[in-house]
Amino acid sequence: MNNRDLLNLIDITVSFEGFLALNKLNLNLKKGELRAVIGPNGAGKTTFLDVITGKVRPTKGEVIFKGKSLIGRKEHKIARLGVGRKFQSPRIFENLTVKENLEISVTTPKSPLNLINKNIKEEQLDEIERLMKIVNLSQKVNSKAGSLSHGQKQWLEIAMLVGQKPDLMLVDEPVAGLTDEETDLTADLLKSLSGDNTVVVIDHDMEFIRRLDSNVSVLNQGTVLCEGTMETIQKDKKVIDVYLGRPED
Amino acid sequence: MSLSKIKFNKKIVLSFWIILIALIIAAPSLLPVFRLNLLGRYLSLSIVALGVDLIWGYTGLLSLGQGIFFALGGYCAAMYLQITSSSEFPNNIPEFFALYGVEKLPFFWEPFRSPVFTFFAIWIIPALVSGLIGFLVFRNRIKGVYFSILTQASLLVFFNFFNGQQKLINGTNGLKTDVTELFGQMVGSESMQRLFFWLTAILVIGAWFFAKWVVKGRFGNILIGIRDDEPRVRFTGYNPVIFKTIIFSIAGGLAGISGALYTVQSGIVSPQFMTVPFSIEMVIWVAVGGRGTLLGAILGAVLINYAKSLVSEALPASWMFIQGGLFILVVTSLPEGVLGWIQGDGPRNALQKFGFKRKIETYPSLEINNKEGNNE
Repeated sequence: MNNRDLLNLIDITVSFEGFLALNKLNLNLKKGELRAVIGPNGAGKTTFLDVITGKVRPTKGEVIFKGKSLIGRKEHKIARLGVGRKFQSPRIFENLTVKENLEISVTTPKSPLNLINKNIKEEQLDEIERLMKIVNLSQKVNSKAGSLSHGQKQWLEIAMLVGQKPDLMLVDEPVAGLTDEETDLTADLLKSLSGDNTVVVIDHDMEFIRRLDSNVSVLNQGTVLCEGTMETIQKDKKVIDVYLGRPED
Repeated sequence: MSLSKIKFNKKIVLSFWIILIALIIAAPSLLPVFRLNLLGRYLSLSIVALGVDLIWGYTGLLSLGQGIFFALGGYCAAMYLQITSSSEFPNNIPEFFALYGVEKLPFFWEPFRSPVFTFFAIWIIPALVSGLIGFLVFRNRIKGVYFSILTQASLLVFFNFFNGQQKLINGTNGLKTDVTELFGQMVGSESMQRLFFWLTAILVIGAWFFAKWVVKGRFGNILIGIRDDEPRVRFTGYNPVIFKTIIFSIAGGLAGISGALYTVQSGIVSPQFMTVPFSIEMVIWVAVGGRGTLLGAILGAVLINYAKSLVSEALPASWMFIQGGLFILVVTSLPEGVLGWIQGDGPRNALQKFGFKRKIETYPSLEINNKEGNNE
């Protein structure tokens, strides 16, 4: 652990009635890093995000974000500290328009009084314009989010995530159900976000992960099996055994 | 298509306004006092329905206990009227106390001597009680059907308490208001009832605007967000507990105002306001009128109740079947309620079913949309 780290997970153990979803997981993220997390089904990838965002409280271990412990904090407090999350299946507000969805994400402060009393600030409206351009939704401003295509929903959720201006973005399977072209665009988008932001991407899609061209952590049975670049990972014997499959397969 | 829909909605709203204002102006001279009084009562019920729409239609909280706050508002108004009209009774306290041998006014009656206190108590006390109940429930993340059961259980607790306290608030007999005096006039008199009708009509419109103001913009969008996906709202950095507590408290306050107006127009407040069926009826008005439309809540409350009194006069005992039938009809074929059905494509779809051809929207309308939407 050192001062340049944004996030440290230390010996995280999560036990669901005896079943160890995470087992002494250790993971450190530097500021501005793009990190991919892969692993077979049931490796604990989503639980790992649940622990960081406060949805699941670990049985043991410590989560340090920007020098503060996140354990025991409520979800919305953690979100306000600067942790943003995109869910596996797109979770947007389908009965609201694209613009209203983005308003919800860029609004600060997120207090009832501010929302009911004041109009949205100019710079926040500009930010919404910018976000809609980035994800190609400018023409859909006033469409109900529920009427968007699957790919557009994924993108809207990513835009909402960016609009929150989080220091740490947790992105769970952003390319599930996307076309190849959309997948490539998403990879470019995430790459362009890292640097200013720290991004963690969870996915199964190996082509996509390769395109991200980042450090990769391999999870298996609730613990980090191996860390390194895609090339290192692919040569690692343990990883080949549990995940990638032997070349002859 | 979206444009014509907006115009269509505007037409509905405009015609509603014209009908409403015409009705309010004409009603006192057209209707006999008995009917006018009924209409006034039903209008006051539409205020509690607005609250139900805010918490259920917009925020997804199905409360089966709005009767608590409705009755609290009614009791506040009735206590003030009783105590200011008790000078000729023994010990200068309301008449019913003598029946139970009470000689000293219970302490909590004292502040109700003040009209100013009562004016605020009518909506603030129900709002505080609902806010407190709401906060405790929401903080523990009790949702969905468990929330509904809990509100109904609270309703029963309040009902039993008020029903059993003869020495404090006349128990099951309730508090009468029609023979009390306000501004030197009998509350039950014709001129007072006419006044209450006007007051109710104005307050319904006021409550409607207030509710519209609450749900417009980002605050309302958060409420809808909570209804559709509460965890997502939380992970975006909002605390749903505060939002839910505020809106539940607002609905409680509206219920209190509604209860007070209903009490002075029906002449009595009693624990009957806190029975289980009555609170469920409030939900039915909103469901039939149209959830999440506000206007639907008002129309549902007034029309269903008016129908109820007309049907009950013609065919006593049949109303419950009709009301049950209405609810089943709405649940099975009009899930958005009548107004939601009209605002959607309901009428056109229905016409189509009866063989009328429907205008098909094809390329021309797409082109129009393109010209408006973007300049590619």
